[in-house]
Amino acid sequence: MGIENAFGDSFISTRLNEAINWARKWSLYPMPFGTACCAIEFMATVGSHYDMARFGAEVVRFSPRQSDLLIVAGTVSEKMAPVLKRIYDQMCEPKWVISMGACASSGGFYDNYATVQGIDRIIPVDVYVAGCPPRPEAVLTALIKIQEKIDSKQAPAAQTA
Amino acid sequence: MTDTSAFPDLLKARFGEAIESSYVDAACTFVVVRRDTIVPAGRFLRDEHGFDLLADLTCIDWLERVPRFDVVYNLYSIANRTRLFIKAPVPVEDPAIDSMTPVWKSANWFEREVWDMYGLRFTGHPDLRRILMYDEFQGHPLRKDYAINERQPLIPENLPPGDRIPV
Ligand code: SF4
Repeated sequence: MGIENAFGDSFISTRLNEAINWARKWSLYPMPFGTACCAIEFMATVGSHYDMARFGAEVVRFSPRQSDLLIVAGTVSEKMAPVLKRIYDQMCEPKWVISMGACASSGGFYDNYATVQGIDRIIPVDVYVAGCPPRPEAVLTALIKIQEKIDSKQAPAAQTA
Repeated sequence: MTDTSAFPDLLKARFGEAIESSYVDAACTFVVVRRDTIVPAGRFLRDEHGFDLLADLTCIDWLERVPRFDVVYNLYSIANRTRLFIKAPVPVEDPAIDSMTPVWKSANWFEREVWDMYGLRFTGHPDLRRILMYDEFQGHPLRKDYAINERQPLIPENLPPGDRIPV
């Protein structure tokens, strides 16, 4: 019953890194770094209605050591900044980062004494998502953009920063 | 909510000169108490008028006014369904007031927050540390003379060209 049956006696060829990238792209393990309201919207994205599982990224890990996609969803305070940096550093390569929402991308409307003005001041970011909070469709689009980036063999921001 | 208009006179009868003024705003009674009498006044209201809950304790920075700060106590009596505000003015030259923790335990974290945000010391507080900001933080961010966006990063940040953090 396996896929082999479909090929009969024939075979397909590919390049190793393409096969690996294909596997990576359909099995991203997200690590949610949820610090504010955007995290609630992220839950909606993973929930059954929008169902991130359709893109192979449903296994949300709460350990950075088991994840390759960091989704920063929420306001990051200066007090939290070292924590975010450490979590990012603990993730194994290759790794990708989505900055979800106005706060994570730019500090949002919190131009104050406590808030980091965008997580790209601390860690490299691959895809920014606009919105306050972004709709689940926007988060899924960001995930698809990450998949495209993996497909295109572009290096993750982690390796070019 | 029960009528609270009698409390200014009740407090004046008990503490005399130490009750500076009183007024009604937004259907609530406010009594301004000299800061050296704030703890006895709190204990009196708790023991004899059933204010068993310190619902909130906060601070106002009036910047130009002398004395500059007001510490505001939001008292509630669960049995009588009565809310009463007492306030104590505190000058910036000596930003200290007695801790309310012996009367209401809930004052503990509220006072830590006021210390953290406004830099008022609460004499007799069991553990007066910052509660929201990190220990490395310099100054008290809700003081009106603290620049609103003066950030104090804990780790180095990559700044976009032309950007700066005022220090
Ligand atoms: S961008 Fe908006 S929704 Fe998202 S964390 Fe900031 S304030 Fe909340």
